[in-house]
Amino acid sequence: MTVRVGVLALQGDFREHAASFERAGAETVLVRTAGQLEGIDVLVIPGGESTTIGKLADRFGLLEPIRTVVAGGLPTLGTCAGMIFLATGTTGPEQVQAGVLDVVVERNAFGRQVDSFEADLDVDGFDAPVHAVFIRAPWIAGVGPGVEVLAEVEGHPVVVRQGNVVATSFHPELTGDDRFSRLLLAMAGER
Amino acid sequence: MDKGTDLVKRGLAEMLKGGVIMDVVNAEQARIAEEAGAVAVMALERVPADIRKDGGVARMADPTKVEEIIATVSIPVMAKARIGHFVEAQILESLGVDYIDESEVLTPADEEHHIDKWAFTTPFVCGARDLGEALRRIGEGAAMIRTKGEAGTGNVVEAVRHMRKISGEIRRLHGLAPEELMAAARDLKAPFGLVREVAGTGVLPVVNFAAGGIATPADAALMMQLGCDGVFVGSGIFKSEDPGPRAKAIVEAVTYYQDPSMLAKVSRGLGEAMPSVEIDTLAPEERLARRGW
Repeated sequence: MTVRVGVLALQGDFREHAASFERAGAETVLVRTAGQLEGIDVLVIPGGESTTIGKLADRFGLLEPIRTVVAGGLPTLGTCAGMIFLATGTTGPEQVQAGVLDVVVERNAFGRQVDSFEADLDVDGFDAPVHAVFIRAPWIAGVGPGVEVLAEVEGHPVVVRQGNVVATSFHPELTGDDRFSRLLLAMAGER
Repeated sequence: MDKGTDLVKRGLAEMLKGGVIMDVVNAEQARIAEEAGAVAVMALERVPADIRKDGGVARMADPTKVEEIIATVSIPVMAKARIGHFVEAQILESLGVDYIDESEVLTPADEEHHIDKWAFTTPFVCGARDLGEALRRIGEGAAMIRTKGEAGTGNVVEAVRHMRKISGEIRRLHGLAPEELMAAARDLKAPFGLVREVAGTGVLPVVNFAAGGIATPADAALMMQLGCDGVFVGSGIFKSEDPGPRAKAIVEAVTYYQDPSMLAKVSRGLGEAMPSVEIDTLAPEERLARRGW
């Protein structure tokens, strides 16, 4: 059976995520309304601008439906802005968040764009390092119980998993590395 | 850890896709833009409509203003430098701006040479009227392209012209035989390597936004349906009657650009758009898009 992946398409690099999941054998739907969440097996919150994605999700009635499906166990991936969107809080001013991943995120923690970087990173569960691109990236400042840290940079968590939710500070969708997409498809297969 | 790579520079533009970048001249406007859902703000001294009205030399914004804006918002901050004015770009980089717009809206500092953008860690966005111009800028290191349009007019016709030109030229290249590509590069006055790349992929190697003359949610959605990755709005917001709601409506139009009933909904009751200009009434020297080559 083909796995159906919903990619939140309010703003950001949702097409790159959709392309990655399609390479991994899934079919994809771009999600802009609550109705489009129905019948999906995986949810992706893409990279982009977290304040924009949060505001649009709130204004167009997507926030509660997303909370419901993620709480219901839907395998969910968030990258960079997606990680911020899924988290319960930030160290900065309040912004709209789904609050389904029990971590506090520090936005732009590595600095502004001049400090954006790429580097090879060991991630627990992957055989070979991930070539990770960090763009005005967040790190995780605090994790709740039940959150596994799968990778760190300079002692700060940058990949975490809590049950059905996986989040990365960097952008696997930009480098053609489909291992996170395949991980989410495998999680969907185990349900 | 590698900083300032192509991937990192072009990557930030990827994150801005499907979003609206708004011109702001102070911290208060930046706050309104962020609140409306802008993905980034562009810091400048005067919006294009005022530059057009006031005349004189338009330069990089005052560093104090740029710093105030950076301190006010959490979203990326861009700022404009004059074409060829690499020292303005150095100053903007030192202030920590996230993207530099080498912009024809400001008065060019060099009529022959654009900035060597490879020399910077900060990425650059540049305007283009056609594919050759886009590829020359990418050849100089630009990590993002935008249409030039005709800034400060509230008239989208030039942005449409530039986007259609670029898309049409890409489609034409995509169908060429390998032996035809050198002549195409000659005609486009573009680097051969980039011409060959675009002929192969059928897309620009960097993100391409619309800019210049966008004044309404429908204008923004038009540019998105024509294939732009996102939209810059200059004077269109803060020269309109009621900037906050218009800014929010344009953000929503860029997300729901394919949904006419949603576009009708967000377009209601926004008050007067910015004062507009018919392009034919501009003297050649008033056409900002003709600056740079």
